[in-house]
Amino acid sequence: MRIAFLKIDVVKAFEDLELNKEFGILTRKVYSGDLCPDHAEVMILGDTVDWAENNAADLLIVESAGLCLRCSPYLNQGLGIIVLSSISGIHTPEKMGAMVSLADVAVITKIDLVSQAEREVLIQKIKEVHPNIALMETNALQGNSLNRLYDLIKNSAAIDKSNLFLKGNPPLGTCTICVGKKEIGWQHHFGVIQKLDGPIAEYLYRGE
Amino acid sequence: MLQNITIFPGVDKGGRQENFDYITLKAGETVSIVGPTGSGKTALITDVELLAQGDTATRRRVLVNGELPPDEIRYNPALKPIVMITQNTKCFADLSVEEFLQIHARARKIDDRQVIRATIDLANKFTGEKIKDDYKVTILSGGQTRSLLIADAILIGAAPIILMDEIENAGIFRQEVINLIQNTGKIVVFVTHDPVIALLTETRVIMENGAVKKVLRQNELEITAAKNLLEIDKKIGVIREELRAGKAITNELMAVNFAS
Repeated sequence: MRIAFLKIDVVKAFEDLELNKEFGILTRKVYSGDLCPDHAEVMILGDTVDWAENNAADLLIVESAGLCLRCSPYLNQGLGIIVLSSISGIHTPEKMGAMVSLADVAVITKIDLVSQAEREVLIQKIKEVHPNIALMETNALQGNSLNRLYDLIKNSAAIDKSNLFLKGNPPLGTCTICVGKKEIGWQHHFGVIQKLDGPIAEYLYRGE
Repeated sequence: MLQNITIFPGVDKGGRQENFDYITLKAGETVSIVGPTGSGKTALITDVELLAQGDTATRRRVLVNGELPPDEIRYNPALKPIVMITQNTKCFADLSVEEFLQIHARARKIDDRQVIRATIDLANKFTGEKIKDDYKVTILSGGQTRSLLIADAILIGAAPIILMDEIENAGIFRQEVINLIQNTGKIVVFVTHDPVIALLTETRVIMENGAVKKVLRQNELEITAAKNLLEIDKKIGVIREELRAGKAITNELMAVNFAS
């Protein structure tokens, strides 16, 4: 299988170099800088699919930092995979929001570091957020359970690049912080606003 | 109803085929797995825990009642017929003992409200350092963590197969644990360096270089040897407590009654 890999990160990433060196696969990276990584992905993913196709790749892997956890970069096609370390924190599945609830597969890594009971507690937490997610409990040092992931990837449907959409809903696009206003205090802002003692408008929103 | 599990061979660390046809473990059977560090003991019980189907590093396969286990048994903790006590002596979850057990009981679909109380009480029988409901699991000592996990495995996991990885470590009352899980009709597997545990089990699997080297059945002499080792063990325990209390060794203290 010919694999192309794209890493989207904010400040620094090494995965493109590491994966190219270890597996000899085609890799690239993009720094999103001042843009959020999910926004960056929406901008460049069309070109990335063309790039993978032009290089005769059978599989395109996109790894995104997905930092703010408000959105998630999953698409209506392909497999959406959340990779969660066994020791990433017991409340993480709830905190990660769409990143877990819109994923197709959760890969729990480093299971050798925790007890079976603790692993099952984490799995229960994930299932309470997303009851139908496919869960893989993996230990990459020994390669445990990775075959199941490989099978899911191998058997996943081909994508139709003219019909790619974000799976989740993006946030409101009227944030004054996002457009660059630096003033402190709600008086200086419109759109999404909040005072320390609760919202000034219903749904934290003013100016519609 | 679980009657037996069957382990089919995989490969050793050098990729060579293991030299056995299959190993069947029956309900009620006690098993020890022995061998040097790095010989593949933990990997073997991990294969059983994951009900491996050629998808682990060892490439072993495990059948349940002679059949391929369905996916829901492999991946749904509520249906999984196996509990495993790993060597972990630390919990990372930011939860109290009570919350941890409650979520685990939900994962294993146990509705009994008394089970949380019973589990904590049982854990306190395995350790001298008292575990309280509202302790965070992250602050428990190694001995407390393992005591809690063993009690959890017995009462919340409550599965017909129990896998224990080196329970002799981490300062718990191992005899209490062994007494409790023997003669329960479960398959009990100990990974161990402890000669008493090794000799007390009916079947002994010897590991080397990632592979099963041989499988031995317990004989009469070994049962006697185990009893004698237990006597020595008790005696060491008594001497330890005497010395800790500031007393000196006496001839009486040194005497051991051996069976022959």
